[in-house]
Amino acid sequence: MDPVLTSHIREPNGHTLEAYLRRGGYSGLRKALSLPPGEVIEMVKASGLRGRGGAGFPTGMKWQFVPKDSPKPKYLCCNADESEPGTFKDHVLMERNPHLLLEGCAIGCHAIGAKVAYIYIRGEFYHVQRVLEAAIEEARAAGFLGRDILGSGFDCEIYVHRGAGAYEAGEESALLESLEGKRAQPRIRPPFPAVVGLYGCPTAINNVETLCNVPLILTHGPEWFASLGPEKNGGPKLYCISGHVEKPGVYEASMHVTLRELIYGYAGGIRGGRALKAVITGGSSTPVILPGQIDAQASFDGLLKAGSMLGSAAIIVMDDTTCMVWLAENLLHFYRHESCGKCTPCREGTDWLLKILHRIEAGDGSMRDIDLLLSVSRNIGGKTLCPFGDAAIAPVVSTIQHFRHEYEAHVREGRCTCPAEWREMGNRGPGARA
Amino acid sequence: MTFHPEMRYEEGLHVSRRERRDEGEPFAFTPENRQRLEAIASHYPPEHRRSAVIPALYLVQDQQGYVTASAIRHVASVIGCTEAEVDDVVTYYAMFFRKPVGRYVIQVCRTLSCALRGAERVAAELKRALGVEVGQTDPTGTFTLMEMECLGACDRAPVVMVNNELWHECQSPDQVGAMLDGLREKGPAALTGCHLEVEKKRGPAGP
Ligand SMILES: Cc1cc2nc3c(=O)[nH]c(=O)nc-3n(C[C@H](O)[C@H](O)[C@H](O)COP(=O)(O)O)c2cc1C
Ligand code: SF4
Ligand code: FES
Repeated sequence: MDPVLTSHIREPNGHTLEAYLRRGGYSGLRKALSLPPGEVIEMVKASGLRGRGGAGFPTGMKWQFVPKDSPKPKYLCCNADESEPGTFKDHVLMERNPHLLLEGCAIGCHAIGAKVAYIYIRGEFYHVQRVLEAAIEEARAAGFLGRDILGSGFDCEIYVHRGAGAYEAGEESALLESLEGKRAQPRIRPPFPAVVGLYGCPTAINNVETLCNVPLILTHGPEWFASLGPEKNGGPKLYCISGHVEKPGVYEASMHVTLRELIYGYAGGIRGGRALKAVITGGSSTPVILPGQIDAQASFDGLLKAGSMLGSAAIIVMDDTTCMVWLAENLLHFYRHESCGKCTPCREGTDWLLKILHRIEAGDGSMRDIDLLLSVSRNIGGKTLCPFGDAAIAPVVSTIQHFRHEYEAHVREGRCTCPAEWREMGNRGPGARA
Repeated sequence: MTFHPEMRYEEGLHVSRRERRDEGEPFAFTPENRQRLEAIASHYPPEHRRSAVIPALYLVQDQQGYVTASAIRHVASVIGCTEAEVDDVVTYYAMFFRKPVGRYVIQVCRTLSCALRGAERVAAELKRALGVEVGQTDPTGTFTLMEMECLGACDRAPVVMVNNELWHECQSPDQVGAMLDGLREKGPAALTGCHLEVEKKRGPAGP
C-alpha cells in the first residue's frame, strides 16, 4: 500500500497550507460542507473507521451518540496527548501534516454540530503546538476556519490546549477534566462524554490519527477506505516501531501487514542481527508476546487473536539481551508515577508492584514474591475506575506468564541475570544513529 | 485474605507529598504576560476561565522560573478561582516546578524505549558530570537534572528535553559531556531540536 497519511511528510515545507492545497487539501471539507451532517456521519460509519487512540471504537458510531437536539453547545476534542510509552505517530502527523488534522477537526465539528474544537496536546510537544497554531492562522486567513467557512454558513474555531505532563490526561474523561483546568483524573461513567462532556456539554473525543483519516474518507469515499485493509480493519495505519531494531520510526501500512513484516521489513530487523526475545505490540499497556507469534496480522482483530492488542500501534522490540524483570520494573516505575491516585487499587497497587519488582531485580526477592506479584495484580485488574489499572498489570502478568524462569533465576542467584554488557552498550549499538 | 509479608511503607513514598510552599517574592504578571493570558482565556467560554489555569502557570514559569505560593495566589485572583484549586493543578502535573531550578532543566526520558537504548546510562553520566542526584541543581545553578516518562519520540531514543520545550535526540551516553559543554557555550542552539528541525539541518536522511 502506498502511504497516504505520510506520503508527503519528508517534503521540505510540506506542512504549509500552500503545499497542502497543492496536494488537494481541504477538498474533504468542501465535500463535507455540501452534505448534511447526518450524511457525513453515515460516510464515516460506512468506511468502518475505528479509533486509533487505543480502543478501536468505531468513529462514526461515537459521533452518532452525540445528541443532535441538545440545546447546549457541543464540542469536539482532539486527543493529542500521545503519552502511551512507545507511541509517536500523532507527533509526526501534527508536525508534518497539521492541515490534515485541522481539516479532520473541522469535518468532525460539522458532523456533530460543534462550533469549537480543542486540540489537547501534551505539554512536552511545545514545538508541535507552535506548528499547529501557525497552521490554524493560515487556515483561518484562507477561510477554512472561522466564520462562514467557504460560504456555507458554518462557523468553526480550533484552539490548541497544552497539558503539563500527565499520562492519565490521555484518558478521555481525564482529558476533559484537565481541559477544564483541574487535575487529570477520570470521571465516573455513565454519563458518557458524548452526552455530558466538556463543561457538561455533549462532546466527541477522537485521537489525532483518527481525525486525520476523516478527510481521506470524504475525498476518496468510504469504499476506498475500507478496501485498504482487512474486513473491519480498513484504512491506512501508522505503526511506531522502537527499541532494539535497526531503523526505529513511524511506518505506514495497511492492516494486512504482519508483525514480522513490520519488524524485519520496515524496521530493518533486530539491531546487530541478534535474536528477537519479545515484542510489545500496542504500547506499554498491552501484554508482551513471544517471537512465535509475530506472524500475526497487526490489525485490531489480528492482535486480539494473538493474545495482545493493537492499542496505539506502538511496537517495542526487545532482543535476547533484555531482562524481563527489568522490563516489568521499568514499566511499573512509569505506572506508579503516572497513576492519578483517584482509586485505591491502582494507586496503592502500582506502588506495591514496583516495590516487589525492585526487590526481585536487585536480587533480594523470594520465590513467594512472584506469586505476590500475581496476587496484587489480581487485586488491581478489573477493580479500577479507568482502564489504567488493567494496563498497569499487563507487563507484570505477561512477563511472569512467559518468563517465570527469569524471575526465579533472579531469586535463586540473587542478582539480575541478563548479560552484564547490554546495559553498558547504551546507544552505541549498531542501530544507533545520530 | 492477606497477601503481604512484612513490607514497610518507606519514607518518601507514602508520606504526604504536600510540601510547605515557597512563599517567594510578591508576584504579579507583567502587563505583557497578563495580556497573553487574557488572549488565551478568550479561547474558553467566559464562565469557564478556569480552563486557563495551566497556561497561566506556564506564564508564571516563564516569568520567574518556578511556581511560588504568592504566584498561586495571584493566578487564583486573576482566573477567579480558589487558591486550593490552583495548588491542586500545580502539584499534579510533572512540568510545574515548585522549587527554584537552574538555567537549564535537563529532563531525561527514562521509559522503556529510551531505556532499551541506554537512557539509564545517560542519566548516570549526567549525575556524575554534574555531581547531583535527580531533582537537584548543580552548585553553579546552571543545570537541574530531572527524569521524565516517555516524551513521545521513542524512535530517537534516548531523548532529552530541556526547559520543558527544547528537544535533544539520540543522546548517546558518551556524548553527555559534549551536550553540557554545548549548552554552557552556545545555549539552546547546541541542542538538536526535534525530528523536523534535525531534518532541516541535515537533509531528509531516513526516518
Ligand atoms: C490511561 C489511558 C491513557 C490514554 N492515553 C491516550 C493518548 O495518549 N492518546 C489517545 O489518543 N488516546 C488515549 N487513550 C484512549 C482515550 O481514552 C480514548 O479512547 C481515545 O482518545 C478515543 O479516540 P479514538 O476513538 O479516536 O481512538 C487513553 C486511554 C487510557 C485509559
Ligand atoms: S485506575 Fe489509576 S489512573 Fe485510573 S482512575 Fe484509578 S487511580 Fe486513576
Ligand atoms: S520512551 Fe523515551 S521518548 Fe518514548
